[in-house]
Amino acid sequence: MSATSVKDLIEKPELDEDSALTKAKHFVGDYGLGILFIGVLVFLSIASPHFLNSENIWNVLRQASIVGVIALGMTFVMITAGIDLSVGSIVGVTGILVAKAAPDGTSAVIVPIIVGIGVGALIGFINSAMIVWGKILPFLATLAMLALARSAALVISGGTVVSGLSEPFQKIGSGYVGPVPAPVVIFFGAAVLTDFVLSRTKFGYHVYAVGGNEESAQKVGISVGKTLFGVYVLTGVLAAVSGIVLTARLNGGVPLSGTGYELQAIAAVVIGGTSLFGGIGSIRGTVLGVLLIGFVLNGMDLLNVSSYYQQGVQGLILVLAVLLNRWRSD
Amino acid sequence: MSTPLVALTDIKKKFGAVTALRGVTVDVMPGETFALLGDNAAGKSTLMKVLTGVHQPDHGTIEWEGEKVTFPTPAISRTRGIEMIYQDFALADNLDVRTNVFLGREPKKNLLGIPGLRIVDTKHMERETRRVLDSLDIEINPRLKVRRLSGGQRQSVAIGRALAFDAKLIIMDEPTASLSVAKVDKLIEVTQRLKELGIAVIIITHRLDEAFAVADRLAVMRQGEVVGRFEVNEVSEHQVANLISHGTMGDAVLGHHPGERRSIGSTLSADQPGSPQKPMGANEE
Ligand SMILES: Nc1ncnc2c1ncn2[C@@H]1O[C@H](COP(=O)(O)OP(=O)(O)O)[C@@H](O)[C@H]1O
Ligand SMILES: [Mg+2]
Repeated sequence: MSATSVKDLIEKPELDEDSALTKAKHFVGDYGLGILFIGVLVFLSIASPHFLNSENIWNVLRQASIVGVIALGMTFVMITAGIDLSVGSIVGVTGILVAKAAPDGTSAVIVPIIVGIGVGALIGFINSAMIVWGKILPFLATLAMLALARSAALVISGGTVVSGLSEPFQKIGSGYVGPVPAPVVIFFGAAVLTDFVLSRTKFGYHVYAVGGNEESAQKVGISVGKTLFGVYVLTGVLAAVSGIVLTARLNGGVPLSGTGYELQAIAAVVIGGTSLFGGIGSIRGTVLGVLLIGFVLNGMDLLNVSSYYQQGVQGLILVLAVLLNRWRSD
Repeated sequence: MSTPLVALTDIKKKFGAVTALRGVTVDVMPGETFALLGDNAAGKSTLMKVLTGVHQPDHGTIEWEGEKVTFPTPAISRTRGIEMIYQDFALADNLDVRTNVFLGREPKKNLLGIPGLRIVDTKHMERETRRVLDSLDIEINPRLKVRRLSGGQRQSVAIGRALAFDAKLIIMDEPTASLSVAKVDKLIEVTQRLKELGIAVIIITHRLDEAFAVADRLAVMRQGEVVGRFEVNEVSEHQVANLISHGTMGDAVLGHHPGERRSIGSTLSADQPGSPQKPMGANEE
């Protein structure tokens, strides 16, 4: 090596010339999931005559929307190398409070929405206060909140369903915009918005920086604390939106609703290519992850696969996605 | 003589019982390359953190281009043209070169001319990144993820970051600590380039060869004090080595055997009230 000049040593990008094998791996890593997704769609449209039915498609999308909205927020959290286990419980507690704020026979719709979003923001704020000020690990802080918020839902509701909601409020869950179910409009609207925030704004850049190297972020003058507050509050708000939609759809606040959603959301985010170690991920990937799970579960229903297999298949997709992510090009 | 770019006068700084700086006076001229030498825990990093606004001095003044200033935060010293290059370069591996150059100071523009809808101006980032790397004669694709760069390239990105914001003074803390020998040569080349660009450099190091290779002047710190200030051609490496380890330039020194390495802990004293003086633990850095 001593024959090469110093300049050569330093200025050649180390990985400039990738081998054919590396290139192939990168191709599989970058596009594998998308190809799998398209493959699933093609397979299901051939295998089941009901799959491509527009009613079926809207149904799948509507069902996927509830966890999908949560997964959007979870993407931000996980890019900062954090986790939010409280989102399912936020769905539960906002459901109860929102239902109480939208009694039957009234036309209440704005107030319950404000209540729901306010509750989500408040819980997100408390989460970030524990994490940023209390220096508690996100896993533990939000695990505590998972328990606290679920308890709150049970205590406030007395353990029973708060049912009978105002007509206009129910529309949030069961209405349509043209042919598109309202929850789907909300999910895709939120996806476009969060994608914009994450990929185009300064806040989004800081989310990636904090997740990539918190110490560096701090040194270049990024407020890590402020960024984390933003991230957990946003996630709380999106979980509350999910709670609002679910409550409207169920026509009632159910204290145990949202149980387990945190794991489904995390799975969708990871399948979509976000790294648990932070710094890497995208909203587009998450949307793909959400839709892939949605279509696979629907396909299993249509093909009369016993529902006992459903969780297992989700698990397999998760493992496959993690393996594919290792081969991504950057 | 013209006005110094920066003049630190009688700077004192304590951390609890530890006195890190005991009245330090140094100045750096515009465009000058200045080496700050000294053993571990001599107070070099602390002095630079006082200058950049990471720490506030307990006593003493900072003059910038002849004007008395205070820097409450690093962000403020940066707006005046002082850039610190950290030992670890403070980069985010997951982001590309242009984003790292502008990390924390992302330029913004209005989306589709809509007021209030501000997005990060990636075109500007890319253009400026190319410009500063060009000015250093360094070729790195601005869109490459920093993860894919070598140690020397990372350092170039960190230096490019300083240049992108029109630095007048670049401070490099132990810049060669994480570089191989070949890359040290490159750093020397880059430092010379910075001099051609008229940018002053303070290079913190405990390596003499490096200091003598790049610096116009040097200062030696020991136990929180400046024990010598020289033009590089006034002194020999040997004399400076003695100064660093014993505090004098001669060979026979104060009961220490020549060449004996002092324990790091003994270069600082703790003046804890009520307790006898005891050496501090080594390696607080
Ligand atoms: N933030 C701090 N808190 C307490 N002590 C510190 C702090 N920073 C530096 N020191 C102490 O001040 C002394 C000088 O440290 P430093 O400036 O880092 O030395 P150098 O950079 O010359 O190795 C050391 O004893 C160190 O432990
Ligand atoms: Mg130091």
